Amino acid sequence: MVREAAGILMPRTASPARSEPLPVRLALLGLGFLFLLLVVVLPLVAVFTQAFEKGIRAYLGALSQPETWAAIKLTLLTAVVAVPLNTVFGVTAAWTLTKYRFPGRSILLTLIDLPFTVSPVISGLIFVLLFGTRGIFGSWLDAHGYKIVFATPGIVLATIFVTFPFVAREILPALQAAGNASEEAALTLGAGGWRILFRVTLPKIKWALIYGVILCNARAMGEFGAVSVVSGHIRGVTNTVPLQVEILYNEYDFVGAFAVASLLTLLALVTLIIKKVVEHRQARLVEGRNR
Amino acid sequence: MKVRVERLTKQFGAQGLPAVMEATFDCADDGITTLLGPSGSGKTTILRIIAGLETADDGRVLVGDEDIIHTPARKRGFGFVFQNFALFDHMNVRENIAFGLRVRKATKADIQTRVDELLGLVQLEGFGDRYPTQLSGGQRQRVGFARALAPQPKLLLLDEPFGALDARVRAELREWLRRLHDATHLTTIMVTHDQEEALDLSDCLVVMDRGRIQQVGTPSEVYTSPATSFVASFVGSANVLRGQVQEGRAQVGATSLSLPGHVSEGAQVSAVVRPHDIRIARQPDERANSAEPHRAIGRIKRIVDLGTHMKLDLGLTTHELVTVHVSRKEFDSMALLQGESVLVDLDSARIFVDDYSV
Amino acid sequence: MPAFWRGRRTGTLPGFRLTLGFTLVYLGIMVILPLAALVLKTSGLTWSEFWATIASPRALAAYKLSFGGAFLAAAINAVAGLLLSWILVRYQFLGRNFVDAIIDLPLALPTAVAGIALTAVYAPNGVVGALLDRHGIHVAFSYPGVVLAMVFVGLPFAVRSVQPVLMDLDPQIEEAAVVLGASRIRTFFRVILPVLTPSVITGFTLAFARAVGEYGSVVFISGNLPGQTEIVPLLIVTKLEQFQYPQATALAVVMLVGSLVTLLAVNLLQAWNRRWVSHGS
Repeated sequence: MVREAAGILMPRTASPARSEPLPVRLALLGLGFLFLLLVVVLPLVAVFTQAFEKGIRAYLGALSQPETWAAIKLTLLTAVVAVPLNTVFGVTAAWTLTKYRFPGRSILLTLIDLPFTVSPVISGLIFVLLFGTRGIFGSWLDAHGYKIVFATPGIVLATIFVTFPFVAREILPALQAAGNASEEAALTLGAGGWRILFRVTLPKIKWALIYGVILCNARAMGEFGAVSVVSGHIRGVTNTVPLQVEILYNEYDFVGAFAVASLLTLLALVTLIIKKVVEHRQARLVEGRNR
Repeated sequence: MKVRVERLTKQFGAQGLPAVMEATFDCADDGITTLLGPSGSGKTTILRIIAGLETADDGRVLVGDEDIIHTPARKRGFGFVFQNFALFDHMNVRENIAFGLRVRKATKADIQTRVDELLGLVQLEGFGDRYPTQLSGGQRQRVGFARALAPQPKLLLLDEPFGALDARVRAELREWLRRLHDATHLTTIMVTHDQEEALDLSDCLVVMDRGRIQQVGTPSEVYTSPATSFVASFVGSANVLRGQVQEGRAQVGATSLSLPGHVSEGAQVSAVVRPHDIRIARQPDERANSAEPHRAIGRIKRIVDLGTHMKLDLGLTTHELVTVHVSRKEFDSMALLQGESVLVDLDSARIFVDDYSV
Repeated sequence: MPAFWRGRRTGTLPGFRLTLGFTLVYLGIMVILPLAALVLKTSGLTWSEFWATIASPRALAAYKLSFGGAFLAAAINAVAGLLLSWILVRYQFLGRNFVDAIIDLPLALPTAVAGIALTAVYAPNGVVGALLDRHGIHVAFSYPGVVLAMVFVGLPFAVRSVQPVLMDLDPQIEEAAVVLGASRIRTFFRVILPVLTPSVITGFTLAFARAVGEYGSVVFISGNLPGQTEIVPLLIVTKLEQFQYPQATALAVVMLVGSLVTLLAVNLLQAWNRRWVSHGS
């Protein structure tokens, strides 16, 4: 029985000199599992148990509310605009950072991570300060009848700002690891910049790029803090799916809130699965290259 | 310190090929024993089993008269030097060397004395406060030796100690190791794939191939009396020609060679002959070779001047290639040119019966 | 890879180099201060009014919660990150792939969903909350709940900072320690951990930065009682909803400065560690 436990719980290194005794291993594993259970797994499960608490019909009913659909549409619109833009930006920035050496490189690197380190509420605040009625450009916008804050453009802009690091961050290490040799080879063969980008560089990092886009999408659809500040919470008009979740929850419509939340949760799970697939493919690619 | 390895066997994975099969040998008491073989021959596995870094499926390791195979690695008291140094980068040289002493709870004063002693032994006085990343490869490995020797091990184990160093440093350290051993007389077991290193340093040589020991002996014995065609070709350079037993003699290409003992008719054999053991002579005439069946005709394809001797690449009539070493004097007296044909005497070849068992 | 190359790894994700501290100062000066100055100027807020906002008891309580809670959460994450990296890299077990994937859930899951889910589990009527309540431990709607939510959002950073460094760790240094007679505990603390320390610190920093500004996950589980369980981002949002832009900006500036100072301090810690302890780069 202990042998079997040991079999399932093998140290990945066979060397006896580099592993802990079995009881220690079991204890560490147990601690790790317990931690994950309490912090990550239970909440994940809770989304679905709460959503289906009153049965499938209630669940489906919650999803078919017109306000929910409006929120879904807005969220999709936001993602459709933000993700491609951020992908282009991400590729450009990552290319610039890895292919060239220039002063201020580390500043650019930090700028890219700025939305990451700044609270989403503050990101939203900056937009309000810039484009809100009392903001810097507020009077000019009002005069021309443009509404950014408390309207869709503001939501899209805030989302773009908050999620722009994601694509760049995912492909940077892949680009750095891949090196410049293939690009230089292409150059000696007479290829120009665009051709090198599309036919040499991007295929090399395609898996990292795919995951970056998927993750950026998940974050764009799920962004809450910044959008909350910028949107004004106008039901049916400036509500994204996460904001709709908040509204339903605050109205004590728990089944509704969790039902809508379950959509995003499914998206998150799909994202994680794709990540695993990507890791697998990338590892096999590297393995093949090193053989 | 008497060290004996008995019937050591290890297999990696349930269906994997055995890494080591029934390895048995005695090490040179207070001398340097070398495990020599190509990569995958099992030599490193045996060393790591002796150190306790791997477990064996079967067999014993006797140190003195004690079987230590079940003793955990940290209790064995052996010194181990790694190919890639494995120094603790976050500690300086002194701290690296002192590590084993600290484990044994030596006093600060004792540690200080011993570390100084070792720094002197490996000629790194003054380097005590440096960090590994500030040292050259050769210096790092010397720290590796000092660290292994500090706790006064009963046995010193070296895993391709000079493998990660460039050629010049390797040669220097080889010399240095010989002097170190002369000073310490510590029983040492070394693993290498470099046969020159093995021949240079060893008191006892263990040649391995594909998990099995092919021969154990002094370098001289192994070189002059190889037990198998593998040993003959791996240790020292050799020409290997394939042939078959016909009418009680080994038919190798166009030559017929005498057999060492009885070998069944039709058996596959290998004739192994060292480049400097082949005699060549100018061909008097085209005929009259039946009395000298061990001679073949070869055409000189390439002549290389290696300074101390000449190297000739010959192509035999049966399309095999043979390398011959000829002294300058002999070469000059024969006045040979590329493209010419000569008589090749393979009489001194050793015949080995090809063994197809795995 | 030869051992001497390994020392050159910084163990940090690109973009999160701890030169972050220095460049944030630069950015702080370039972006935040002009913005703050502009808003304060245009609103005609006097110095004493400004001070009253950022030093009000309510604000102070919020700083304490946001920064203190984030610090504690990051510390918990540093240990948990090390533990989880260890079992992922060193052990083979059923469900390893699942564990590896699920650690990224906080990254992919919207913060609002995380917030309501955590509340559902830890509220007095929730699965775990009910159990803890019976023993007098209240998680939801109080300080532990805030810390829990902060742990949730910071976890992936803590794990992914350490994991690659642990994977690349030269197995031979452990073997060297063992042959020299070291016990497993000694080997871990004196040989393995020093190599991992920079990446653990990086993980701590990232988790902290993430937690301090976190809004969505915290705001549902915290109860939001001003002076007790109100985090700074919420206070900022409240001011915004009341159209008190200058006050909101003032608080935002304090938050940014606070983060900057903390990040700088950790930056220094990292540099000190590199110089005197690890010496690996």
